[in-house]
Amino acid sequence: MIPIEYYLSLSAFMFIVGVVGVLTRRNAIIVFMSIELMLNSANLTLVAFSSYLGNPIGQIFVFFVMTVAAAEAAIGLAIIISLFRNKKTVNIDEINILKW
Amino acid sequence: MSQPLAYFFDSLYLIKPETSIIGFLVLILLYDLIFKKEKWLPYISLFGLVVTLFLIIEQYGYNKFAFQSSTNFGMMAIDPFGAFFKIIILLSSIIVILFSILSKELDVARDRMGEYYTLIFGMILGMFLMVSASDLILIYIAVELVSLSSFVLAGFLKNDSRSSEASLKYIIFGGVSSGIMLFGISILYGITGTTNLYEMNSLLQNFDSTNILMILTMILIFAGIGYKISAVPFHFWTPDVYEGAPVTITAYLSVASKAAGIVLLIRLIKSTFVSQKDTFGYWEMIPAFDWQGFLIIISILTMTIGNFSALWQSNVKRMLAYSSIAHAGYILAAIAVLSDQGLVGVMVYFIIYLLMNLGAFLIVIVIKNKINSEELEDYDGLGYRMPLVGVAFTIFLISLTGIPPTAGFIGKLYVFIALVDAKMLVLAVIMLLNSVVSLYYYVRILKHLYLNKPKAETTDIELSFSLKLFILVLAVPNIIFGLYFAPILEFVKTSLIILGI
Repeated sequence: MIPIEYYLSLSAFMFIVGVVGVLTRRNAIIVFMSIELMLNSANLTLVAFSSYLGNPIGQIFVFFVMTVAAAEAAIGLAIIISLFRNKKTVNIDEINILKW
Repeated sequence: MSQPLAYFFDSLYLIKPETSIIGFLVLILLYDLIFKKEKWLPYISLFGLVVTLFLIIEQYGYNKFAFQSSTNFGMMAIDPFGAFFKIIILLSSIIVILFSILSKELDVARDRMGEYYTLIFGMILGMFLMVSASDLILIYIAVELVSLSSFVLAGFLKNDSRSSEASLKYIIFGGVSSGIMLFGISILYGITGTTNLYEMNSLLQNFDSTNILMILTMILIFAGIGYKISAVPFHFWTPDVYEGAPVTITAYLSVASKAAGIVLLIRLIKSTFVSQKDTFGYWEMIPAFDWQGFLIIISILTMTIGNFSALWQSNVKRMLAYSSIAHAGYILAAIAVLSDQGLVGVMVYFIIYLLMNLGAFLIVIVIKNKINSEELEDYDGLGYRMPLVGVAFTIFLISLTGIPPTAGFIGKLYVFIALVDAKMLVLAVIMLLNSVVSLYYYVRILKHLYLNKPKAETTDIELSFSLKLFILVLAVPNIIFGLYFAPILEFVKTSLIILGI
């Protein structure tokens, strides 16, 4: 059996990739993909702990997270489309009317 | 009947307010689908909110778990403290729906107001769950329910590029914060093996020193809560979203969703980290995480950065956004006391914050209806053209600063009493200095209203009678509660019962 440390390292790595993606990528759609990666790294942690502790709550939690992630992706894409109609771009650097 | 099934039916009885909100959400959706008459939608919504208000008052005294599991702890805690904040959320929803009827900004979207009210009801449901949640799964879902509805509402004027930009920024920040919070929750689940806050409390009792993993987890979870209440390292979305979103939604986000976030934070600390309460109402904390030091730092940062950034704003909505960040800092200072006295401060502050902040936003809506601008320079000389608006705005701004005899003073006073009583004098002094700084930018609006000459020759602007009445309904309590606040205090003290220790 694969020890739990492996799963946790992988999920921590995925989480960091997600955070770095959000911070460095300029395309709004790729930013959303990075957010999904962060959510999925949390899912992996939950499942790994659930199997390690022999406790099903973590796996139940994952189903809820997947549903929420799907809803968030749908709303995110809708918002990107509405913004694209107004500004003809999905580049975050060009979305800059509101600033101090 | 078997035991779990009996618990389940008992719980259905306990979540009547939430059920009523869901019922009216579906009703509004169907009404909009079948009749397509925008005119009656706000009245149906208001009726739904009043019904829910009665249901909450009916179950005000309850103090038990809903959806209890075999471990004697449950998914939701139904207690007077939660009921108090549900009432605050409902009152602000009622006021915001009245705002939506009279806001001209929303006129371009009148044909899809059904969605608007449905989404507001979705948000109310999420906030109700956030206020009562005592299980990490429910906390995550409630936070997301509030966020997802408010993302759409912030971008509701979809042909306005500022509104869609606000919405995009909001969803990126919201998605990242909730992702970080979820990662924290997943580690917390790994440490304790449970998702119930109360069960966690009994498991954490044997932590006798701070634990590096616990610190990391709590900071990650605070990222999600801090984003909801716009506490400082997570506040970057606030000014942009508040400026770009429709004013009604800005007002709503600044009061209701902030209240829900604060309750979530208090419940997380109170039910997970408090081992017992001493005779003076101070909480003895489990040393796994130093909440007091952490909250003091966050609170100082929040109020200072909020106030100083507000100084050079030229858009009134943006200025009020920074001011709402600063107010979150004052509230966090009251939580940092970690005592019942601090909670009294938080609750008194919220009743008053509801009145003064929504009042200020009402004036912004009225002025925007008349001159179609939120820029400070366009406010020049408006105090003489609209006398009632000028006077009411003065009352709200002085109340936000916290000068007697307005209600804002009482709110600050109780936070102060709590801080001084706990001998946290440095924080009290910093809060005092911050109030002085805030005076500058609030009074700057008044200078534009009264002292600056208008650019062009102008005439008086007439307001309708119902609008005048509405302004008075929000302005007069700001004075009355400043002089006679015993009923507020009485209400707060009876609501100070949180399920658990």
